[in-house]
Amino acid sequence: MDTAARSSLTELDQPAAGAGFWQGVKDCVPTLLGYLSIGFACGVVGKTAGLSTAEIVLLSIFLYAGSAQFIVAGMIAAGGTVYSIIVTVLFVNIRHLLLSAAISPYFRGFPWWKNVLIGSQLTDETFGVAVNRLSTDWKHRDKWMFGLNITAHINWIAATFAGAYFGAWIPDPDRYGLSFALPAMFIGLLVLQMAHRQQIRTDLAVAGAAVVLFLLAFTVMSVNLAVLTAIMGAACIGMVIEHGNQS
Amino acid sequence: MEIRAEFWLLLLGVSLVTLLPRVLPLVTLNRMQMPEWMLRFLRHIPVAVMAALLAQSLLTEGEELIPLSVNTNLIAFVPTAAVAFFTRSLLATVIAGIGSMLVIQLFL
Repeated sequence: MDTAARSSLTELDQPAAGAGFWQGVKDCVPTLLGYLSIGFACGVVGKTAGLSTAEIVLLSIFLYAGSAQFIVAGMIAAGGTVYSIIVTVLFVNIRHLLLSAAISPYFRGFPWWKNVLIGSQLTDETFGVAVNRLSTDWKHRDKWMFGLNITAHINWIAATFAGAYFGAWIPDPDRYGLSFALPAMFIGLLVLQMAHRQQIRTDLAVAGAAVVLFLLAFTVMSVNLAVLTAIMGAACIGMVIEHGNQS
Repeated sequence: MEIRAEFWLLLLGVSLVTLLPRVLPLVTLNRMQMPEWMLRFLRHIPVAVMAALLAQSLLTEGEELIPLSVNTNLIAFVPTAAVAFFTRSLLATVIAGIGSMLVIQLFL
């Protein structure tokens, strides 16, 4: 990122130089509601698919991926084999390659085990918050990332546990507008990201391309592959536009 | 709390195939110089990811496209995006989104 963009950041975007773990915890708060309702639903679905509460919590600890956990539950309910479930989850979660690669420039020179820990808890939401905050001249960005990641992970485990445990007694968690918490979070992250980068035309083109490509791809493939296709295609289009602007 | 034997195999498998793509780029790209085109590609990933996931969460339900005529998400999108644009606050945006959908569910 260039210095012109950096200097125009508001106070909100720029954490204090010494900010670390607890700032990460705080920055996670806006995303908690969205994942609380999704996680709750995920716990309910797991239970109805025949998973035990312990199994649901183990999946939340070690798999820790929302859409994949819904798919695991669905495939178990449909009698899928262990092998077919593992291959499907691989395809659903392969997009993490892109997220991990995209934040890697911020964690150059950190010990490998720290990067393993940071990567192991990487999700769409922590990625979205992180790219709005990270900068390479910020000393405690690793600690901040841990604060963000651990808060999001605990929230997810608690939400799926609550769904598995109390799901039978609480009707429709999507009432009271909660179904829109997740789209709202993505709207916020997208707008913040664009405001942060100061290349609004290119970004709008990339975002528009992602939406159109998603809809086109979704006519011929599953929703998860369509998301992956849209991301790759839109990022390529962004590259081409940038190249055109330079020459 | 019963956990079936077959479940452990499933857990190990799905966790491993999820962990590897999360961790490998962070660990390996850390040690090498990425070519310029790859850095430029990766710089567009955040916007592309958020826009694609937004499209998915607004327009689809499971593996189905929500028919446009009954898609209340698109109505809630307008005030939520406006709050995001003017406040630049993630928390305010999420609260505005939930509030908008609550109002829509009450009156539609």
